Amino acid sequence: MSDTAVGFSDSPRKNRASKFKWISIVGIPLAAILFQVYVPRFFTTLAYLEMPLLVTVYFSLMRRSPPSGVLFGMCIGLAQDSLSNQPLGMFGIVKTLVGYFAASVGQRFEANSAVLRLVLAFFFFFFHQFFYWVLARALLGQAVSFEPVQTLVLAVLNAAVAVPLFHILDKLRVTD
Amino acid sequence: MDLILNRYRNLTALVAAILVQLVLLGYQVKSNQEVRLIRVWAISAVTPLARLLESGRSGTSGFFRDYFVLLDVREQNKRLQADLNRIQLENQYLRSELDTAERGKALAVFQEHARGKTIAARIIGNSPGSNGRVVLIDRGRGSGIQAGMAVITPSGIVGKIVSSYPTASTLLLVTDPTFAAGVISQKNRVHGTLKGNGSGGTMVDHVQNEQVVEIGEWFYTSGDDRIFPKGYPVGTVTAARPGRTVKEIVLTPSGLQNGLEDVLVILEGDHAPIPEAPAPNQTVYLQPLPAAEGDSADATTATRSRGAETDLDREVEKARRIGEDQKHVFGERGRGAPDFNKAPSTTPASPAPASPAAPRP
Repeated sequence: MSDTAVGFSDSPRKNRASKFKWISIVGIPLAAILFQVYVPRFFTTLAYLEMPLLVTVYFSLMRRSPPSGVLFGMCIGLAQDSLSNQPLGMFGIVKTLVGYFAASVGQRFEANSAVLRLVLAFFFFFFHQFFYWVLARALLGQAVSFEPVQTLVLAVLNAAVAVPLFHILDKLRVTD
Repeated sequence: MDLILNRYRNLTALVAAILVQLVLLGYQVKSNQEVRLIRVWAISAVTPLARLLESGRSGTSGFFRDYFVLLDVREQNKRLQADLNRIQLENQYLRSELDTAERGKALAVFQEHARGKTIAARIIGNSPGSNGRVVLIDRGRGSGIQAGMAVITPSGIVGKIVSSYPTASTLLLVTDPTFAAGVISQKNRVHGTLKGNGSGGTMVDHVQNEQVVEIGEWFYTSGDDRIFPKGYPVGTVTAARPGRTVKEIVLTPSGLQNGLEDVLVILEGDHAPIPEAPAPNQTVYLQPLPAAEGDSADATTATRSRGAETDLDREVEKARRIGEDQKHVFGERGRGAPDFNKAPSTTPASPAPASPAAPRP
């Protein structure tokens, strides 16, 4: 597999952007989607884990490039949509926004901090669920329910998983 | 223009991505068509991996079970389970035929008509964001599966195919809120629409408050929806109460009770009659009622001879005999009432049949 590293290098700030191998960029989101599709069948308690979202947040944060975040979010979201029973674009739009905002945050803050990662994972999970609910009601007219307390609890759980997961994914970064 | 786009490159990328997806979404909602190509790509990319995982999982667990725990017993169990499933389906068909027709006629009908054509499929994954109410199965268009086909297990209906792709299909479970199927109750023949309640259960909608539905009553597919053949079990009623406009009926789906791993997709359906309730498979002998206290010996004899009478029946009979003794015609104006303090004659005016209580089905 090619060792080509992906990343922009046209400004000092973006020089801090992490680089990954192509296989990681393609393989990890695919594995995250597979996890969501396959694992809850046998471990139903793990259905709360939104792995594609966590992966979107991680890559967007570490790449520190909003266009890349947009692309990541859109691709992962559309892949999720393709496997769901919803029209294409629902997860796509939400994850596009998540990717954009995560990358914008990554440009301004040091994304290696565990506390920041915990807070961001918590915030983006809640944002993701809330915005998906808004889109489902506004664009599709679906009467889906939104339970803030339950979503907050799930956001905490996802954030708790995000910190060690991001730490593992850090190992896949390409060092110059 | 270029300057503006460069200056706001990030925002431009975001707006462009959102706009493209909004147009995509609008097209699908407006035209009620899906962008099939992208879905086919995604399913084709994920299915082989999911199938590989499933094979690995079942292979690994099977290895440990087969060789370390029970050796060949699992294989035998699989065969027996498959046989049992097939026999259950055949048995259900036979039972329903025998309930409604003569035995010989039903057998002849069964010989002429097989119970549809089905294909076995395995569930290989859940659909994202559906909380497990839409699942992926490992059979697709290549196996003859099309959208709209019914999916069952020997215990009952499971759902219907909503999309089929070359190597996989998506199955909408009965517990999904967008699921709908025509159903009919076994005992009172009440028609309704089966729907998922979104939290793992199902309900029957469009049943008027005046209609009678009992707890524990079975519902079967009615065949009205042209998806599910008539006569497949759906589930039992666990709650039925009057609602504001229609009755609220909660159903426990029978097809999902034993977990979902392998299912049958009906390629060619075959309608079957709804079994009668209760199944008349044995007769029950009823003892005659005990004599009423304080009644005369004759009345006791008469009552015994009549078998299944109530206290009210005995009182009515006693009053009628008193009236006949006193030449009184009940219901005639100006005649007053007979003297009920006098005992009735010993011989009943209209003798009851002397046979004992007949066996009841």
